[in-house]
This record gives sequence, C-alpha cells and structure tokens, in this order.
Amino acid sequence: MTASAANAPVWVQALLALGHVAVLLGLSPLLLGVVVRVKAWFAGRKGPPLLQPYFELAKLLRKGAVVSQSTTWVFRLGPVAGVVTALVAGLFVPLGGSPSPFAFAGDLVLVAYLFALGRFATVLSALDTGSAFEGMGASREVAFSCLVEPALFLGWLALAQLLAVDAPLTLTNLLAIGGNAWVAHPGALLLVVGAWVLVVLAENCRIPFDDPNTHLELTMIHEVMVLDHSGPMLGLVEYGAALKLAVTSSLVLGLLLPSTGRPALDLGIAVGGLLVLAGLIGVVESVLARQRLLRVPMLLVTASLMAAFSVALVAMR
Amino acid sequence: MVDAGTLALVAMAVAALSGAPGLVWRKRGPEIAAVAMALASGFALGAAGWALTLPAPPLVASTSLDLVGAGYLVPRVDALSAVFLAATAIVAAAAALFGAGYWRDAEQPVAPATRLLLGFAVAGIFGVEVATDGISFLVSWEVMAFSAFGLVMTLHRDPTVRSAGWLYLVTTRAATLALIAAFALLVALTGTLALTTLPVGLADTTAGSLLFLLFLVGFGIKAGMFPFHFWLPPAHAAAPGHVSAMMSGVLIKTGIYGLFRFFSLVPDPPLWWGVVVFLLGAASAVLGVIWALGSHDLKRLLAYHSVENIGIILLGLGLAMVGRTLDRPEWVVLGMAGALLHVLNHAIFKSLLFLGAGAVDHACHTRSLDRLGGLAKAMPVTAATFLVGAAAICGLPPFNGFCSEWLIYLGLFQGARGGWALSAIGLTALVLTGGLALACFAKAGGAVFLGEPRSPATAHAHEAGRPERAAMTALASLCLVIGLSLPLLAPLLEAAARAAAPELPADVSSFAASLQPLWVTAVAVAGLLLGLMLWRWLGRRVRASPRAPTWDCGYAAPTARMQYTASSFAAPLTSQLRLILVPEQHLPRLRAREGAPATSRTLFPAYAEFRNHAVDLVLDRGITPVASAIGRGIARLHIAQHGRMPIYLAYVVATLVALLLWSQQ
Repeated sequence: MTASAANAPVWVQALLALGHVAVLLGLSPLLLGVVVRVKAWFAGRKGPPLLQPYFELAKLLRKGAVVSQSTTWVFRLGPVAGVVTALVAGLFVPLGGSPSPFAFAGDLVLVAYLFALGRFATVLSALDTGSAFEGMGASREVAFSCLVEPALFLGWLALAQLLAVDAPLTLTNLLAIGGNAWVAHPGALLLVVGAWVLVVLAENCRIPFDDPNTHLELTMIHEVMVLDHSGPMLGLVEYGAALKLAVTSSLVLGLLLPSTGRPALDLGIAVGGLLVLAGLIGVVESVLARQRLLRVPMLLVTASLMAAFSVALVAMR
Repeated sequence: MVDAGTLALVAMAVAALSGAPGLVWRKRGPEIAAVAMALASGFALGAAGWALTLPAPPLVASTSLDLVGAGYLVPRVDALSAVFLAATAIVAAAAALFGAGYWRDAEQPVAPATRLLLGFAVAGIFGVEVATDGISFLVSWEVMAFSAFGLVMTLHRDPTVRSAGWLYLVTTRAATLALIAAFALLVALTGTLALTTLPVGLADTTAGSLLFLLFLVGFGIKAGMFPFHFWLPPAHAAAPGHVSAMMSGVLIKTGIYGLFRFFSLVPDPPLWWGVVVFLLGAASAVLGVIWALGSHDLKRLLAYHSVENIGIILLGLGLAMVGRTLDRPEWVVLGMAGALLHVLNHAIFKSLLFLGAGAVDHACHTRSLDRLGGLAKAMPVTAATFLVGAAAICGLPPFNGFCSEWLIYLGLFQGARGGWALSAIGLTALVLTGGLALACFAKAGGAVFLGEPRSPATAHAHEAGRPERAAMTALASLCLVIGLSLPLLAPLLEAAARAAAPELPADVSSFAASLQPLWVTAVAVAGLLLGLMLWRWLGRRVRASPRAPTWDCGYAAPTARMQYTASSFAAPLTSQLRLILVPEQHLPRLRAREGAPATSRTLFPAYAEFRNHAVDLVLDRGITPVASAIGRGIARLHIAQHGRMPIYLAYVVATLVALLLWSQQ
C-alpha cells in the first residue's frame, strides 16, 4: 500500500502499521506531559510527573459528568469527532521517516478535511450549550482556522512541485522528498517548515496563539469551547487534543527526518523526534508571550505568506 | 424505437402534466403531483443510466434551417446530459414530495398553481438538458425561465418578493437576449441550428471570441456566476422552500450545462477562455461565501452559497478547458469529473438545506438567524439532516461534497506540478472557500438549531410532517452514500467527461484506478462505526448524569438573549472583510416617547430600531446606481411627452418631412 515499504513482506508491513497506531494512541499524551515538564523546568519548578496526562485521562474517564440542560445529541459529537478524526488522519500521516500505514494519491486533502471535520463538530458542540463564552471561542476558532489552512495547503503545493512527475501525490511521498530537497531548495523548505511550525502551534492552541492554561475565559479560544464538557467527555476532548498534537507534529517531523531504509529504526527515531518537538513547544511556550487576539490573524497570515513564497521560490527555480 | 431520448421525452411530459390533475381534483392534488413527479424522475433516471452505460446514438440533426425538416426537436441523451438529468430528477422528486406535505391547499390557496408551475419548470429543465438544436434549447429555456418567474412570485403580496421577482425577470431576459444573439451568431457561422461540433479554427477568430463571450454572459447569468450573481439571493430567498430547493439545486445548473455543452462543441478552445472561466470561478467561490457570511437571512445565506458552489464547479471546468488547450488529459479528466460530480452533489445538498430552511420557516415564521435557535430539540430530524447537508456543503468527509472537491483539488495539484502557475491561485481560493464555508455553516447550523430559542415563536416550533421528513432523510442519506462510493462512480464520471471533451485519449481509463481505492471507503466506514460506538458509549455514560444550566462562568441565570448571535459569531471574519462586505447601518434616531413634548430631552426615549446589513457590491454599488442614472437621463425626455394629440401628430409630420428630405439627398 505504501511506496517505500512496499517491498517488505506483508506481515512486516502489518506489524509496522500496528506499531504506527500504537505510537499514536499510546504516546500522544506523553507529549503533553513533556511540554508541561519543560515549562516547569523553565519556571524553576519541579513540575508534575511525565505520566500525569495518563493519570488525568484515567480519572476523567471514570468520573461522572454534569450535562447542560440546553444540550442535545450534538453535544457529544465534538469529543467523539476530535478523537476519531485525529486517529484516522494519523493513519495517513507518516511518522518521521516511517511511512504511513495507508496512502493514496490525494490523501493530503483528506487529512486536512478530517481536521476540519473535527473542528466543525467541536464548534457545534460548543454552540449547543448556548453559552456566550463558548460561542465566542467557537467564533474565534473558525475565524483563525480559515487563515491556518492556506499555510498547510500552500506548503503541500510547494513540495508537490518538487515531486517527481510520475510519483503519486501521497503525503508519504511528499514528506519524503524533504530528505533530498534540503540541498537543492534549502530556502523553500525552510519557509515551509517555518510556516508549518506556526500551523502546529495554532492548530494545537499553543502560545503565541492561545494559552491552554489561561484562567480568563474572555481570552481563550479552544479551552473556552469545552467549558461545559466534563467527565468522560472532557477525557475524550483531552485525548483528541493529544492525538492532534502528535499528528500535526509528525507533519513537520516528516520533512526533517529522512528515511534510513530500516522501518523499525525509522519508527524509533520518529518517537524520539516527536518527544524533542514536544520539548521545543515547551521552550516556545516558556520564552514567548501570548499574542493579543487582534494580532493572531497577522501571525497566521504570515505563515500563509511564508508558504506562498516557498511555492514561488520552487516555481521560479 | 425506444432509446434514452424517448425516456427523457416521457419524463418531460409526465413532469409537465404532474400539476394538472390537482387543478380539478384539489383534495388529492399534492399526492398526485408527488407521485407523478416521482414517476417522471424514474424515467429521467432511467434515461440517465442508459446514457451513462451505453454509448449515445449519433446526433441526428438537420443541417437545414427549415424548422419542419427532420432533425429538429429530437431529444438526445449522452453521458454529459445524463449527469444533469440525474441531478434534476433527484431534486424534482424530493421537492415534489416535500411540497406535498409542506403546502397544504387549505393554508395556501396558490398551492395548485405552484405545483403546476413546478411541473412546467422541471419539464423545461429536462428539455434544456436533452435539446439537440438551438430552437428546442431556447424554447425549453424560456418555459423554464417563465415558470420560474411565476414560482418566485408565488407570495407576491410581499413587496420584497415582488422586487425580487422583477429583478429576476429583468436578468433572465438579459440572459435570453445574450443566448438568442449567441445562437444567431452560431447559425451565421455554421449555417445550422444543430448543436454540432464547430469547425476547427473558428474559436480563434473574433467571431469565435464573441460567441464565447455571449454564451458566457447568457449562461453565467443563469448560473449565478460572479459578477452576474446579484439576482440570485433575493429570488431564491423569496420563493417557498421546495421551490428554492429546485431553483438553487438544479435550475441554475442549466447555465452550467450550457457552458459544458458549448465547450464540448469547441475542438480547439484558446487558452484565455479557460483562464477566464477559471478566474471567474475562483472569484465566485470566494466572494459568494464571504457574502453568505454577511447574511442574516437563512435562505439568502444558502443562496449566496450557491454562488460559491457554482464557482467551485467553474474552477473544475476552467481547469479542464486549460487542460484541453495545453493537451493535458489528466487535468481535463480530473477537472471535468470533479465539476460534474459537484453539479450532482450540490444539487443534492443544496436542495436538502433549502428544504430544511423551508421547514424552519414554516415552523417559526421567520428566517432571521438572530431570532431562531434551539430547534434541534423540537425538530430533531430537520436538525440532523440539515447538519448533514451543512457538513456536505463544507466538503467534509465522509459526505459527498468532499469527493467532488477532492477531485478538483487533485486536478489543481496536478496543474501546479505541470507548471501552470494559476493553479496556485485556484488552490488558495478553494482552501479559503472551504474554511469560510465551514465558518458560515457553523454559524447557520448553530444559530438555527443549537442553544436556546431566541424568540417565542421559535420556542413553540413543531417538527415537519412525514413527507417533508422523508424527503430530507432521503437526500441526507444520498449525501452519505455518494460520499462513500466515489470508486464506483468513477467510470460513470469518466464517461461523462469523455462526452464533454471528446478528444480525451483512451488511456486515461487509468483514471478510475488512480482514484481513491475501495479500501478508503472501508477506512471511512470503520471510522464512522468507531465514532458511533464512542458516541453511544458517551450517551450511556451521561444518561444518568445530573442536568444543570449551562455553566456560564459562574453566572447563575443565563438567558437565551445572552447567547452569541449569528452576527457576533461571524464578526471576527466580517470585520476583517469590510472591503467586500460593506456594511450598511441604519442607526436609530432617539426620539421622545409619544405624549412627551417633541423638543424635550428625555431619559426614556421611544422604541428605536438599529439595523445593519451587508450590501451586495455588484447590485447596490454597481448596477443600481448606473441603472438609476440611465433612468434619470431618460427622464429628461419627458419634456417631449405631453399627452396632447396635436403635438404627437406634429411629431409624426416632422418625422415624415425629415424622412422625405433625407430620401431626396
């Protein structure tokens, strides 16, 4: 099914796919733990244990919930869609140099639109409560995401122009050209990586776009949308957010980590790379201040412009 | 001999007569119309299926201009017509079924006339889609256009409906004028009225360019393409729900069909034709969705989304045309297949959304987003199907909108890989459109169905009746089924693309194989099942949970008026887009209450109203000022108009003398 591991025996491929899914499902909360730990270290605190997100998930899934009287069946769609869309998207995104379990020409559009589906469901869940605060968060979420998506797609377009003419347009093929193209097109690739780092930070509600730990509802974006979710629903929301962090981070990772040709080794390197990226996010969150809400669109447009310039750079060469 | 064309002719006849029995037998009129329309749809679908699987018969067209000669008024269904026939048939059946429950004769005395006109309109659309010569094309076109005028004017006691109707009539006249000129030019150039392939080399001449521009204007007006879209939002908002569904779903597609048919006849389109269509498509898509974002009326919002989706279709068509000129079969097949599938998909989800809007309008007697809310509790089926339609129109998987947009995306990526720089512009436009459409439908779906009711009328809403629910459920299911079955539809789409671009080489048949493999459907179904299981598990977990008011950050007694409204929801985007969404504000003048002295400054002013809406740039800032300037100019001629007979006789004498003098020279 995939291009680079196609010559391996079927059972090796199946094992690799299982490993991919296991890394996604099992490891993603750890990334959140790493971010928190790094931030604590910067602040001179000891910080919670690295496995704290797992403990919290276990606690939330066991707990009861309080549900708003205003809500309907739509309210449960958000948490569910957050987990399912991130998981299905993760099946098409390579982890570093390790190819994705599934790939088909044009799967990148599916990945982007799965994120959009998750966002649509989360926003509807927020609006289902009828709360002014959650409506506000939902409104900001859809407005900012309009500016995030062009950066993602234009980055893909820049890479697609570098792809061999007869190679199918899969995400695995697209990210794999990162390895060779760094020599020929360093500027363009650097712009794409820069744009996508901003995409990762914005999509996962990180500083400088949004602060997951803020305590003032008026300034929140994502956290305010899930104010009314409690117990197992909040657990699924948190888990979906962790999965999304892992999947979007591996987009950047795929460009940076070339394949070594040994699938198991690639997967191991990718795990290490994800942890390092999580650490870097922790550093960013520690040294940067959060942007004012009015500034956020400008930063996002900057990301899209960087990607657009990389398209132009590649096209002109 | 029975062939697909005959079936289409039967479908036309049955559709045209579907409303007639109801004129006499009024009690059973709605049911008869619904059954007849279902029958007509069956025939049309049969014709479409026939044409998609078997090769179309050769075009039997007269080469003489003698109207009674052989070859005129012969219907022909090829794979290109079939896609449009199928879309029309599905929407017509759903609209008639919905109309049977929606408009009981007891509440609406005009219901029988509406059914009759709806039947005529459907027959006219069928006629346009199977016509093989200019005369039958234009006659069907006019049947469709005039019955649509009647349908828009259904509720003509409302002044806004009347103005929308007149605007529609004027623009549709302009479209027909352009088309008559185009067909006349076609006859002058080719010597025949038959829709046959143009001679090679004609397209590159001045006459060929004029032909293209005339068809682009005529069909573009009907399709609601920017900058000719301005008639569409008022007209589609004015008509009753099932009529809007028909108009927005398929009637505007006849313009798209015309463009497809015309381009299929041109063997060598110049590059700039494709570029113009492509750029107009990009502009329609982005501007349509931005204007939708600024609309507060549910049906007006949906109508602006039709402009957006026409833009997406034109993006695919433009890419295919450029591919034809540059000899890139892959662009042609991806652009055509995406555009044609989007024609079908948009027909389905847009009619579904308009039917939902009709049900909401019927239940709450308002379409204003800022007065609705919380309808998911009272109208669960309408809410669920509307949200499915909303997800589909945003292009979200696993629904049908994703498949067609995916094909166009793939084509645009291939265009950029092939070195066509404008692809990047189209791609950016499509991405922006997708994001803004999601914002707009989160706004519409949230404001109408979620949260708490914002007005008393909304609080006492009732669910739509059984026929309405059946129609909406059927369309919503189709959204999902088509969304999951792209690999199965690929051969049919390829056949249709081949009909629209006859020179496609045979080896593009790898198209179907290179598309989404069938296992993607399996992954999607697995994802859906996983989601369903989690959703039900959550439902069981929270069933016994305590219920409390929404947690409003410590505020104990939230009311419905504290909710975020649709306007405030869209504000972060609309405030950034003031260049396009020019706001027009009607600020209140604070006046003293009645009884108080008019000059006194009072602490308790009278009731005042603040209104704020976005103007349509083309209509309100372009056409209306120009038209009224022309009107003022012409008004100066009033000095010659007295109404006195002797003076008019003097004009006649003066004209005669002038003519005599002129003839003497």
